[in-house]
Amino acid sequence: MEALFLMEMYEKALTIRLFEKAAIAQYRIGKIYGYLHPYLGEEGIAVGAISALRLDDYIVSTHRGHGHAIAKGHDISLMMAELMGKATGYCKGRGGSMHVANLKQNNLGANGIVGGGIPIAAGAGMAIKQKKTDQVVMGFFSDGAVNNGVFHESMNLAAIYALPVIYILENNHYAAATPYQNTNKQDDLSVYANGYGMPGITVDGNDAVGVYQEALKAVTRAREGQGPTLIECKTYRHQGHHVNDPGAYMPQDEMAAWKAKDPVDILRDYLESTATITTDQIAAIDQRVEALMEQAVRFANESPAPSAEQFLSEIPQY
Amino acid sequence: MTMIKYRKALNNALREEMARDPLVFLMGEGIGEKGGSYKVTENLFHEFGADRVIDTPISEASFVGMAGGAAIAGTRPVVEILFIDFMYLVMDQIANQIAKFNFMTGDQGSVPFVLRTQGGLGNGLAGQHSQSLEALFYHIPGLQVIMPATPYDAKGLLKSAVRSDKPVIFIEHKQLYLTEGNVPDEEFTIPIGEADIKREGSDVTLVTYSFMTLESLRAAEQLAREGIDVEVIDLRTLVPMDMECILSSVRKTGRLVVVHEAVKRGGIGGDIIANVAEAAFYDLESPVKRIAGKNTTIPFNIDLEKLCVPSVDEIIEGVREVYNS
Repeated sequence: MEALFLMEMYEKALTIRLFEKAAIAQYRIGKIYGYLHPYLGEEGIAVGAISALRLDDYIVSTHRGHGHAIAKGHDISLMMAELMGKATGYCKGRGGSMHVANLKQNNLGANGIVGGGIPIAAGAGMAIKQKKTDQVVMGFFSDGAVNNGVFHESMNLAAIYALPVIYILENNHYAAATPYQNTNKQDDLSVYANGYGMPGITVDGNDAVGVYQEALKAVTRAREGQGPTLIECKTYRHQGHHVNDPGAYMPQDEMAAWKAKDPVDILRDYLESTATITTDQIAAIDQRVEALMEQAVRFANESPAPSAEQFLSEIPQY
Repeated sequence: MTMIKYRKALNNALREEMARDPLVFLMGEGIGEKGGSYKVTENLFHEFGADRVIDTPISEASFVGMAGGAAIAGTRPVVEILFIDFMYLVMDQIANQIAKFNFMTGDQGSVPFVLRTQGGLGNGLAGQHSQSLEALFYHIPGLQVIMPATPYDAKGLLKSAVRSDKPVIFIEHKQLYLTEGNVPDEEFTIPIGEADIKREGSDVTLVTYSFMTLESLRAAEQLAREGIDVEVIDLRTLVPMDMECILSSVRKTGRLVVVHEAVKRGGIGGDIIANVAEAAFYDLESPVKRIAGKNTTIPFNIDLEKLCVPSVDEIIEGVREVYNS
């Protein structure tokens, strides 16, 4: 793989990692409130999968959506501002963490309803067919969403209409506190694809390059009109479901085993060993991302709150 | 001008909008070759093809969500839900996704989504196929809710709905499909959010919509012979509601009656009256009245069914009561 491409992937993964850490820190001092679902530990999936997309392809995200947004190339200052509910945020402070969207970059949004984005992704696929472009849609969802009716219905719709959708199932093993093995009789959830007549595969979500390679196959299939694919990416959160969940239900040895396969480390190691990149160049990336992160936090903190007057004036009386 | 059926007016509206804009497409159960269970999409499959007139499986939640996604991604879907009673299956996608998308993204994207459905009773279809559920959608910020009563209104408003960049719930009535009315042959649209005074009058303001507009007009005709002059306001659009039309009328007549088929408890009649009481209490000369559906599930037996919703006689009595009090 091209060194530049790998460096970009690494930079994105690191950005996600540092962004989530910065967001948690801001949450702890009360600058961010409400719900915050960190993507820590899952970076391999967003970076790997979205690297297989063109800029004009769509993504649809989940409640744990910062990773997808960053992988898609969003401005982290505008994201941080949105998390703080500021007027300068992507959604003018009206969406917050769970509803970050950026239509200019074809991110149709994070979603506060588990599974809520799955039909929307199918819809974007249908729009592509109507417009007769060769765009594709990547719809992300969790192991939790797999048990929801709309997952099954949407898989079926994507298959029967041969929609250009790549469904990425982020299996981080727990739906909030419930292990996925308790709610499914399958270990590999990609087998659900068979029931709907579409290809399904399970991959190691912590290996961004591996995710990229599989995603690229599916993206190519979709772009050539051959319809949808389901890719289950197995991964693990580095913390509980959301920022105030201590994750007591996650056994320590299980956590340790997955942390030993840290996706950011795996990417860095891959970069060092396969590409002609020096440790100085990697350090430069690290520094750049850290500087941008500080800038983002400062921008967000200094940004104004949305105008109450403006908001109230937009509300119809009847 | 041509005298056509309500369902034909809708059919023509869809045909014209699909011809005008290649991004308009239809989805629904049995709308393709079959032409739709109420024939609203008749022949559109043959004229526009299977790519634009799409038959769906019985997967309401996901195909409605799919239509929402298609709207967000730049097309103009018109999705049909066969009976409004089935809307309960699609509530998350309607209420949490489609209604809120533009707001929660800070105005980043319009959702030019139209959902067509039909409700109301008649023909003994029983509890799960006879409901009037507009109040559910009235209560959700972010939706436009339209309920046309005549072929003219149906065509003009459906065209406007398709052209609107905001989501629309377009509610037809099963007893209106075969009613006839004059519709212009030339291109026309009706603005969303404008009520229509179907009958001018000076004694009592009667606010209504959908099938009850026809029943109210029948009642008004009989009341005229008794010397009671009823102004019948057909709302046409429930959200955004044309309160100015209602308030002007109440200032003129001093008396208010609201008629709707939907269950009285929690029905929008209560909201209309509350709005009038807040804005024009001192213009009222008598107590107000709602003539509305009874707080019950609709029974199968066809005679019992009729008792559940306002009849012409009930409307006449109600207006008389308000006039004489």
